[in-house]
Amino acid sequence: MAEFLSLQEAVSRHISNGDTVCMEGFTHLIPFAAGHEIIRQEKRDLTLIRMTPDLVYDQMIGAGCAKKLIFSWGGNPGVGSLHRLRDAVEKGWPNKLDILEHSHAAMACAYEAGAAGLPFAVLRGYVGSDLPKVNNQIKFIECPFTGERLAAVPSVRPDVAVIHAQRADRKGNVLVEGIVGIQKEVVLAAKRSIVTVEEIVDDLGASVNACVLPSWAITAIAEAPKGASPSYALGYYDRDNAFYKEWDGIARDRETFQTWLKENVFEKGAA
Amino acid sequence: MSLEFTSSEMMSVTAARALTSDMTCFVGIGLPSEAANLARLTHAPDVTLIYESGTLQTKPDVLPLSIGDGELCESALTTVSVPEMFRYWLQGGHVSVGFLGTAQIDRYANLNTTLIGDYREPKVRLPGGGGAPEIATNAKEVFITVKHSKRTFVKDVDFVTTVGFGRDGKARDNVPNIGRGPTVVITDLCILKPDPDTKELVVTSLHPNVTREEVIEATGWEIRFAESLDTTPEPTAHELEILRDLKARTNAHHAGQQ
Repeated sequence: MAEFLSLQEAVSRHISNGDTVCMEGFTHLIPFAAGHEIIRQEKRDLTLIRMTPDLVYDQMIGAGCAKKLIFSWGGNPGVGSLHRLRDAVEKGWPNKLDILEHSHAAMACAYEAGAAGLPFAVLRGYVGSDLPKVNNQIKFIECPFTGERLAAVPSVRPDVAVIHAQRADRKGNVLVEGIVGIQKEVVLAAKRSIVTVEEIVDDLGASVNACVLPSWAITAIAEAPKGASPSYALGYYDRDNAFYKEWDGIARDRETFQTWLKENVFEKGAA
Repeated sequence: MSLEFTSSEMMSVTAARALTSDMTCFVGIGLPSEAANLARLTHAPDVTLIYESGTLQTKPDVLPLSIGDGELCESALTTVSVPEMFRYWLQGGHVSVGFLGTAQIDRYANLNTTLIGDYREPKVRLPGGGGAPEIATNAKEVFITVKHSKRTFVKDVDFVTTVGFGRDGKARDNVPNIGRGPTVVITDLCILKPDPDTKELVVTSLHPNVTREEVIEATGWEIRFAESLDTTPEPTAHELEILRDLKARTNAHHAGQQ
């Protein structure tokens, strides 16, 4: 059964230096509150996996939490670059960052294979792309039935999955609504999971086919209202597109970034 | 009577006209999204728009800033998970057109969104592949829209993130279960299509008031022109009005969320 913890305790107990951590939410329900708590607790040498690193990993990379990043699209959506990610890759600041990049299709398949307990995923992918030349985790196999050449990538099976969701009931069952991304897959693929939620309620109000993660499939739940902001939580608040644009200016410069980090993360405790 | 319009508007309107109501289009963010929604709001009201965030048959009122804005989900017929989107809907063969933008494109319509320079020591690191590598091969055909400049239109891309026709124009030959690849590239200067035999991009239509010299100047290889070179029809007053309204709504929406 999922254990209800404070966010501080959930992160402290379940994320260790050197862990492989997937904080997912495909442009929706991005677990920013949890990311900030990881920064505050100064976790180090994490291998971070996320399809779209987004601002949350830009912040964590800039804060020095990561040694490696596995991703498939590393931009600020609709705005431009992730400057902290670029600074780490291009200049090694604040530390060297190894990267391993995929396509979205491959990563989505890798999460699904992880949830299915399989060692690898197979897809009709990477045809003609240079990505297999720079990522030794992309291989090609022959279909045993048709002989077709298909791409194979190892499944994602992280130490810890971190997601944000709309709500949990008092037993710890969690409802995810809207763009569900790969929330379910990443939780099932991981050894441990932390789910932050907007609120804890008596009744989830889930329809029969809703995306519900049962309590017994989750390790820890922490209440974190507005825990996905400046991303959004459908039914609770909108994406703060203005902040996504503002981030470009904040992250472009190391000092401006560090000032922002100090004022908005370190000097603000976990809820 | 001639209307006033910018080269960007010319590009968006021309790109929109490439779509029809019977298409199912997997839409990239940015210029493709603008063109696809313009098509939906003008001549192709029944075009099916799909975004990689899992939103099927979506009808946003404003253009999304990200691929997963709430607007896309709330106006969609339904929203599926990301693995389902890529595995069932795209790889499963339900997408007729992939509509992509790019940072670099070469003469064989290969796209680079990964980096400029050397992979291990990039001059400029770009976002990466996202959905494009598999959209380009699993959709039945691919439309590309991108602004024309020498920096963008290079002889050979620094990195093939997403295959057009490969380094030699033959990457799709004898590959089973692969789409036709890029069939049209729409820029702010012209329309290009791959030569049926060599697959090299050829200018087939110049936009109004654009000269061959301008296209030559903005292209990083010796660009060829079709023997019967067309002039792209101008935008209509209706198309311009809808496009400007859409952009004004979008800007007001994204600026108003302080």
